[in-house]
Amino acid sequence: MSATQTSSRYKRRKVYHYLAMALAFIATGMGLLALAWILGTLLWKGFGSLSWDVFSQMTPPPGESGGLLNAIYGSLVQTILATLVGTPIGIAAGTYMAEYGRNTKLTTTVRFINDILLSAPSIVVGLFVYEIMVAPMGHFSAWAGVAALSILILPVVVRTTEDMLLLVPDSLREAASALGAPRYLVIRKVCYGAAKAGLMTGVLLAVARISGETAPLLFTSLNNQFWSTDMNAPMANLPVVIFQFALSPYPDWQKLAWVGALIITLTVLTLNILARTLISTRKQQN
Amino acid sequence: MKDRSNIQLPSTAVPPDGGKHPRGMADLKEKISVRDLCFYYGESMALKHISLPIYEKTVTAFIGPSGCGKSTLLRTLNRMYDLYPKQRASGEVLLDGHNILAGGQDLNLLRARIGMVFQKPTPFPMSIYENIAFGIRLYEKISRAEMDERVEDALKRTALWDEVKDKLHSSGMSLSGGQQQRLCIARTIAVRPQVILLDEPTSALDPISTAKIEELIYQLKADYTIVIVTHNMQQAARVADFTAFMYLGELGEYGSTDQIFTKPKEKRTEDYITGRFG
Repeated sequence: MSATQTSSRYKRRKVYHYLAMALAFIATGMGLLALAWILGTLLWKGFGSLSWDVFSQMTPPPGESGGLLNAIYGSLVQTILATLVGTPIGIAAGTYMAEYGRNTKLTTTVRFINDILLSAPSIVVGLFVYEIMVAPMGHFSAWAGVAALSILILPVVVRTTEDMLLLVPDSLREAASALGAPRYLVIRKVCYGAAKAGLMTGVLLAVARISGETAPLLFTSLNNQFWSTDMNAPMANLPVVIFQFALSPYPDWQKLAWVGALIITLTVLTLNILARTLISTRKQQN
Repeated sequence: MKDRSNIQLPSTAVPPDGGKHPRGMADLKEKISVRDLCFYYGESMALKHISLPIYEKTVTAFIGPSGCGKSTLLRTLNRMYDLYPKQRASGEVLLDGHNILAGGQDLNLLRARIGMVFQKPTPFPMSIYENIAFGIRLYEKISRAEMDERVEDALKRTALWDEVKDKLHSSGMSLSGGQQQRLCIARTIAVRPQVILLDEPTSALDPISTAKIEELIYQLKADYTIVIVTHNMQQAARVADFTAFMYLGELGEYGSTDQIFTKPKEKRTEDYITGRFG
């Protein structure tokens, strides 16, 4: 191979290199631009209408001033209860799959179905709970909302629990067994300890995911214009209020919808940052 | 010494010792007797009819080329293989005359009696103190003060106390590799086992840490029966009283370390020890 041939090939490769790099930069820039635009608009409009009333007043009828207190309360209660229901079941199932039933048929099946559930449209889950709870009971209720959100949080927790426990090296399990520790203690004290940050991250990301869900709540807890703590009655929640208010022709309602969107976004952002921090502290430990 | 008339020992078994060991041969008691042991990973046979004695309060080393079955043999002694479904053993492993391979053996109690330290240091994700207290708490209910004492004692015996006494409650993972391995040994002796199995305990460590652990093994011999797997022949020569040379799943040769290293009876043993293969 002659020297000139090599250098022309080298030049061509360099051109390709810069071309590919430029395309990558443009693609990244477009993604970031869209994100910045959305976030910027949200912050601008959201903070513009933010006031103390938002946290102290109920959702108003059109034309009157009001806030989002009942919706914030409803979202908090339903998200927290759904997390309390879904997390233990999810962690238990993930633990079975990673610790006791590794490579069994049951685990393979559960993992397959769990993956389907993970990517199932949330509106399907809403319809499902509507059929089994709302229709038989004859009315929308906060319990139904909790049920729908629990079903949504479950597959995320199952998946991360299994993944995180599989990352724990078997040598650690062997070392604990070699001291004469029974299996359940090996899992509880050693495996959970080693996977702690990962498990917490999984739960936080799952909470972040359900805190913005609208479709399943439309079919279950619906909405409530008034303050209500009755779990057997419809309950207000941020996503559905945003949905309703944003589509309305009333400027007051539209403003509150922006504030609601801001609150959810900031909550999810906080949860994500928390999750990231947990991941990085885990990396430092190892 | 126990009656060994019905034990199938290899032809090279335990030669007269000539007083090179701290105790005369006649004083030695068989702590573990391996008899006609075969081991299978699924269908493939990894150990073929192994028989050998392991004497109380001595160090026995298993040496041999990679894949010869030395670690497998070690892992049958505390039935570590039971964690994995497709692994099984046949034959007998007698611990104080009781066959631990027999059904009905309580594995957790067995492992509390036969401790094990692994190739890579495996500190638990908890504090240094808790790493040691974890094992003790499994079988004993003792006061806080007693626990403090036991932890201190275990750390002192492994010469780790002075290095960690001011940070007992920081993570066990914050220690260096050599310190982590000594922590693992401390954790193992804290539960007061009778036998300690060491699976290439120094292969991930630097020479200074290795020297410390070898010194530790020498001291622990006074109270414990020790079995060590090593790919480092100098290490076997330095720490072991008896050496078993394994080859392709068979026991190539067994004898006192002096005999194995100075006048091996088998050509293969000599070839391996002099570095002609392996």
